[in-house]
Amino acid sequence: MSVTRYIPHMVLTLGAGIMLLPFYWMGLTAIRPPAEVFDLTLWPIPKTLAAAENFTQAATSVPMARFMLNGVIVCAGILLVQVVTAVPCAYALAKLRFPGRRLLLATVIAALCVPMQALALPLFVGLAKAQMLNTYFAMMAPFFVSVFAIFLFHQSFRSYPDEIIDAARMDGFSEMDICWGLVLRGSLPALSAFAVFSIVAHWNDLYWPMIVITKTELAPPPLGMLFFSDAETGANYGALMAGATLITAPIVICFLLARKQFIAGITMSGVK
Amino acid sequence: MSTADIQHSTAVAKRRATTTPREARMLRKGLLFAAPASLLLVLIYLLPLIMLGGFSVTDYTLGALRWNFVGIDNFTAAFADPVFMRALWNTVLYALIVIPCGIFGGLGVALLVHARKRSRGFWEFAYFLPVTATLVAMATVWQFLLHPTLGPVNAVISFFGAAPVSFLGNPSLLIPTLAMIGIWQVIGFNMVLFLAGLTAIPQDLQEAARLDGAKNPIDRFFTVTWPLLGPTTMFVTVTTSITAFKVFETVAVLTKGRAGSETLLYALYLEGFDYSNTGYAAALTLIFLLIVLVLSIGQTLHLEKKVHY
Repeated sequence: MSVTRYIPHMVLTLGAGIMLLPFYWMGLTAIRPPAEVFDLTLWPIPKTLAAAENFTQAATSVPMARFMLNGVIVCAGILLVQVVTAVPCAYALAKLRFPGRRLLLATVIAALCVPMQALALPLFVGLAKAQMLNTYFAMMAPFFVSVFAIFLFHQSFRSYPDEIIDAARMDGFSEMDICWGLVLRGSLPALSAFAVFSIVAHWNDLYWPMIVITKTELAPPPLGMLFFSDAETGANYGALMAGATLITAPIVICFLLARKQFIAGITMSGVK
Repeated sequence: MSTADIQHSTAVAKRRATTTPREARMLRKGLLFAAPASLLLVLIYLLPLIMLGGFSVTDYTLGALRWNFVGIDNFTAAFADPVFMRALWNTVLYALIVIPCGIFGGLGVALLVHARKRSRGFWEFAYFLPVTATLVAMATVWQFLLHPTLGPVNAVISFFGAAPVSFLGNPSLLIPTLAMIGIWQVIGFNMVLFLAGLTAIPQDLQEAARLDGAKNPIDRFFTVTWPLLGPTTMFVTVTTSITAFKVFETVAVLTKGRAGSETLLYALYLEGFDYSNTGYAAALTLIFLLIVLVLSIGQTLHLEKKVHY
C-alpha cells in the first residue's frame, strides 16, 4: 500500500518533467556559452555564464525589442477595438429589444465556427488591393470584431438584473452609462478572462502576420522568431534560445502571476 | 360604432401602447449599439465568405487583369493534386495521432491531478504551461531538443543503447514528430476541461458506487466517472480535432513542408499567399472550412442549447 500510494505522484512528476523539459532546456541554453552547448548535461549551472552574450546577440542580430513592441501594439490595439465593439453589441443583444436581434445572435453563433484561416484569403486580397499590406492596421483589422467576445459578454450580461437597469433609466442614466458603468462592471471576470484569451491568442499568432507582413521591422514576436531561426539556421543555439526566452517570458510571467484567470480565459474558448 | 370599429380602435390603441417612448428608445439604442459590430461582421465574415465562394469558381491569380469562370475545376483539380492529397493525408494522420493521445492523456492527467489537494496548483501550472507558451518559439526549442547529436532526447536514447533517432530528418518520422509536439501542447488544455468535468461530478455518486460494491477505483471510474464525463469528452474531442486540423506553426518552423510533410493549412498558405493562386487556394479553403464545420457541428448545437433567444 505504501508504495502504490506514491505511484500517482511519480507518474505526475515524470509527465511534468516532459512538459517542462523544453522550458528548462531553453532557459539553460540561453545562459550557456556556445562551447557548452555540446555538453549534454542537465546540470542547471553552466561552467561559465554566457547569459549576457546570448541575450545581447539575440537583441542585436534581429530587432528583438522591436518585435516585442510590435506585439504589444498589435495585442493592445486588437483588444481595445474588440472590447469597444463587442460590449455594446452584447448589451444590446442581452438587454435591448430591436428588430434583427435574433438574426444577429444567430449570425454570431454561426460565425463562432468559422476559423480565421478560412477568411484570410479574401481579406488578404482586399488589403492587397487597398495597398495596405505591411501595416499595423492589416495585422489588426480581421480581429476588430470578436464573435467570441460578443457571445461571452452576452451570456454574462443576461444574468444582470433588469430591475437595476430600469431603476438606472428612471434616474436618468443613458444607455451608454448603463452598458459601460453598470452592466460591464458586473461582468469584470468575463472581461478579464476575455482579455487574457485575446492577448495570448494574438501574441502567439503566426498565420495572419505571416500573410500580411514581410517587413522585419513590423514583425510581431512569432514572425520575428521565425525570421531569426531561419537566419541563424542552428549556428548559435545560445542566442536562439535567448530570443525564444524573451518572446515567451511575458506570457509565462503573467501566467505565473494570475494562474486562475489565465486558465479560465484560455479554456473558456474552446472555439478559437 | 360597429363592433368591428371598436375592435379595430382597441387594436390600434394596443399597438400604440406597446411602443412607449421607453421602448422606442430601447429600439433606437439597440440598433445603434449593435451597428458597429454588425457592420464589422459583414465586412470581416460575410463579404469575405461570399468572395471566397466567388474566387473558388475562377482561375483568378492575385494581380492578374483577366480571369475566367472555371466552374468546379478547382475542386476536381484539388482532389487530383498529389501535393494537396498528401497534405490532406498528412493532416488526417496527424489528427489520428493527436486526437486519441491528447484526449486520453488529458483525461489521465486530470484524474491524477484531481485527487491531489495541496499540490494541485503546481501540477496545473506545469501541465498548462505549454498551452500558453508561444508555439513558434517552443518549436525552435523542440528542434534543438530533438537534434540528432546535440539534443538531450537522443542522448537519453543513446544512453539506453539504441541508435539515435533523426526525428526531423527521416521523412516518415516528420508527421509523428509534429504530432508529438501537438500532443505536448494540447494535453494541458484538455486536462483543465476534464478537471472542470470531474469537479462537477457529485462526491455522493462515488460513495454510492462504493457502497454498491464497486470497491475498485477502476470499477468506479467505468460505472460513475466515465459516463458522467460524456459531455466533457464530447466537447474535448471536438476542440482537439479542430486544433489538430489547424496545425500550422510547427510545420512552418520545423519542416516548411519539406520531404512531403505539408499539412492542410500549410499547403493552403503556399497556394494562396506564396504562389498567389487565389482561385485554387479559395477552393482549398472551402474544403478546409467544410472539414472544420463538420467537426464543430456538435459544438454549435451544444452552444445553441445554452443560448435563449
